[in-house]
Amino acid sequence: MRRVVVTGLGALTPLGNSVQDYWNGLVQGRSGAAPITRFDASKFRTQFAAEVKGFDPENHMDRKEARKMDPYTHYAMVTAEEAFMDAGLHQFKIDGERAGVIWGSGIGGLYTVFHEFKSYFEGDGIPKFNPFFVPKMISDIAAGYLSIQYGFHGPNYTTVSACASSNNAIIDAFNYIRWGVADLFITGGSEAAVNEPGVAGFNAMKALSERNDDPATASRPFDLNRDGFVLGEGGAALILESLDHALARGARIYAEIGGAGLSADAHHITAPHPEGLGATLVMRNALRDAGLVPSEIDYINVHGTSTPLGDLSEIKAIQNVFGEDAYRLNVSSTKSMTGHLLGAAGAAEAVASILAIVHGTVPPTINHFTDDPAFDPRINLTFNAPQSRTVRAALSNTFGFGGHNTSVVFKAYQA
Amino acid sequence: MKFTEFRVILQSKLTQNHMSDIASKVRSIIVDKLGVDENEVTPEASFTNDLGADSLDTVELIMEFEKEFNLSIPDDQAENIQTVGQAITYLEANAK
Repeated sequence: MRRVVVTGLGALTPLGNSVQDYWNGLVQGRSGAAPITRFDASKFRTQFAAEVKGFDPENHMDRKEARKMDPYTHYAMVTAEEAFMDAGLHQFKIDGERAGVIWGSGIGGLYTVFHEFKSYFEGDGIPKFNPFFVPKMISDIAAGYLSIQYGFHGPNYTTVSACASSNNAIIDAFNYIRWGVADLFITGGSEAAVNEPGVAGFNAMKALSERNDDPATASRPFDLNRDGFVLGEGGAALILESLDHALARGARIYAEIGGAGLSADAHHITAPHPEGLGATLVMRNALRDAGLVPSEIDYINVHGTSTPLGDLSEIKAIQNVFGEDAYRLNVSSTKSMTGHLLGAAGAAEAVASILAIVHGTVPPTINHFTDDPAFDPRINLTFNAPQSRTVRAALSNTFGFGGHNTSVVFKAYQA
Repeated sequence: MKFTEFRVILQSKLTQNHMSDIASKVRSIIVDKLGVDENEVTPEASFTNDLGADSLDTVELIMEFEKEFNLSIPDDQAENIQTVGQAITYLEANAK
């Protein structure tokens, strides 16, 4: 099978609107959480979120196009453009038939659904649905728009597996390249659920932190007093290429994808398996696929959402898979800073994992105040400050409601 | 001037205002929805051939006209509204 490398990155996150700003935020240990500005949340149980800030789609596309897209598609277009330029693809003649787009979104156009329904219910009963309602809302449309933008005629679709969606997208793109189906992909994911139904829906599940008096410290994975995840939004994009394709055009190579794992908990629609069974299986599958042993992984970017049960089961799984090596490697949850980007989390954390390899710096798990005795203190959870170390290979986990587990191995590129 | 003459003049002024009002609203809707420059929106400009509208844009335009002028445009008549001038003529004749 062919080798697959990462040659371009894009990011639009609560920490910053470019890859550079995102990485700066991660190593500075900043929080992207703040009171909600998108709507009046004064009657909501959770009144804060990690929003994308200072973003206007009309700075990136004309108003006519912007109007036809849900925010999740704006995020897709902008992050893909950054990755495309970053990879130098604008200076290269791409064979469109060998290039594809696989995008991830857990929900799609929730904003659009909500507002269209709202105007119907507030109206006189005569439906006046906008002709762009369906194409704005559907969760596959970002992939469609990207294919049009770049003239990519290869495989094109969206992966939907809740918070694992964009890891699934990356894994599918990786597979199609190594199998020889295509040479190049734009992949990644985006999500825009900081709106009334997004916040109220996760609130109703008691999934969100309700620490309204201190939003910036609310996302505190592995802390004794963690009380749920912080809703985030944004997107991230990766350019994946076959190694041969990248070398032939003289592309800069960030990292190689070593392998990937997939599994299901087969346990409960939203609760994680208490012993971390699915998480154990997915990390084992990823290591096996990459042909690596536990001692070759230096960093795990965990799913680590800051929920009481999820964090516990993931650490159990790491101990199951890594044994004594669990005490040697670095573990961190960048969701402590970005909040949870849902379907975009896998892509955003892929960017963090890849840059950890590139820079030899592990971004921290911020907001650690009180140890939770449930976690073995010998596990290095990279609390509160980044740590310098050579990262030969990193594992990036994301898990989704429904029991979907995904794990991707990124490794330092060696010719 | 006799009162009746005055009434006639006043009425025609009102009608003219009414007409230009409709035309200018139609133009601004087109500028807004199709993202085109105002000077492209000439009476003979075709939505699809000259102003870059696709089939969904055209449906949206008709819906905006209905909303703005509070009327319902039957499909068979909507099909005949393909230029700026046709839209203005139809709405001037049918808007309340």
